Amino acid sequence: MTELVNIFVKGIFIDNMIFAYFLGMCSYLAVSKTVKTGVGLGAAVIFVLGITVPINYLLENYVLKEGALSWLGSEFATVDLSFLSFIMFIAVIASMVQLVEMIVEKFAPALYGALGIFLPLIAVNCSILGGALFMQERQYATIAEATSFGLGSGVGWFLAIVAIAAIREKIKYSHVPAPLRGLGITFIITGLMGIAFMSFMGIEL
Amino acid sequence: MAEAVAVEEKEPLFSKKNRQLLKDPLDDHNPITIQVLGICSALAITTQVKNAVVMTISVMFVMMAGNVIVSLMRNGIPDRIRIIVQLVIVAALVILVDQVLKAFVYDVSKQLSVFVGLIITNCIIMGRLEAFALANKPWPSLLDGFGNAIGYGWVLVAVAVVREIFGAGKLFGIQIIPDAFYDIGYMNNNMVILPPMALIIVGIIIWIQRSKNTALIESH
Repeated sequence: MTELVNIFVKGIFIDNMIFAYFLGMCSYLAVSKTVKTGVGLGAAVIFVLGITVPINYLLENYVLKEGALSWLGSEFATVDLSFLSFIMFIAVIASMVQLVEMIVEKFAPALYGALGIFLPLIAVNCSILGGALFMQERQYATIAEATSFGLGSGVGWFLAIVAIAAIREKIKYSHVPAPLRGLGITFIITGLMGIAFMSFMGIEL
Repeated sequence: MAEAVAVEEKEPLFSKKNRQLLKDPLDDHNPITIQVLGICSALAITTQVKNAVVMTISVMFVMMAGNVIVSLMRNGIPDRIRIIVQLVIVAALVILVDQVLKAFVYDVSKQLSVFVGLIITNCIIMGRLEAFALANKPWPSLLDGFGNAIGYGWVLVAVAVVREIFGAGKLFGIQIIPDAFYDIGYMNNNMVILPPMALIIVGIIIWIQRSKNTALIESH
């Protein structure tokens, strides 16, 4: 259990998707003009990461990895399909996003109203595919660990986008040098926030 | 209709419009500093110039090939599933790149780690497919892909040069800051190697670019 909490907290603070790996920067920069939209996109990212990372974990361990197909019979024990992982992961992500969108629309119209426009954007958010690829690279032992990694990364991303959106709302009223306005200052602030987040490095639970 | 065809046939290979496609992404429509596309990889792999160059070439290949393929198929792709179709095309191309990198420059491929795979979701590629290749013919799409890859590449290499010189005192892995400097107490700035500095360097590039080209300044 402590292992799960450890992975979760690590995903939020230490291996933060934005500040440590710059994943999902494009939507992070584009959708962080107001806190409201930031919260919407952040929630959608938590949701989708929490679903796709475990699914891709199963795919990786029961289909793609070398020897993963041995449950089909001993003659498949040497099959290595890992070169297909990119295409499989992205297909899972794209179809899951589509599916999630339909389910949310049907059963939770209020949530759909809030997340609606952001869900399709998520298929091409690098943090989702990045989550799947880090899961593959770090070789988590159980599906629970993979899920907790997915959720943790999602929460970290959520925190980052809400924080920058709040700062950007305030910075509208400051005298930023003209050429830095908008994108430039956002980059620099993100860098400074990244330095702050680096102080979490090395924490072990 | 016949007129339109005739006009299109007359257009030379490097007409003014096509040259514009190549030139625009370098400055006025730079994918990174203006369109805000493809940031993730720009920041994460720029600790060494070599990695930045390999990444640029990979992106260039995927983008040009992807643009041409999507442009050839543009009339056959149903609108509703176009994102999945595009993702699959791009993913197939990225697998090719990944296998080639693993075979020929294994150490670089190791350092780029997940970021080769992330070319798939590099928004610059999807963005250009959506915004350009879906509505244009193969030849302009090829030029657009090339232009944007170069625009992406120069920012990448610029960031990497700054980070490698100040962070490791090297360029392309060759030491360029003389030993004499180290002897009198010069130290490499390890801060520059860390992720946050990449963001700040890109911020500074944007600053320089926009103070030269004031038309690009945003109004908050």
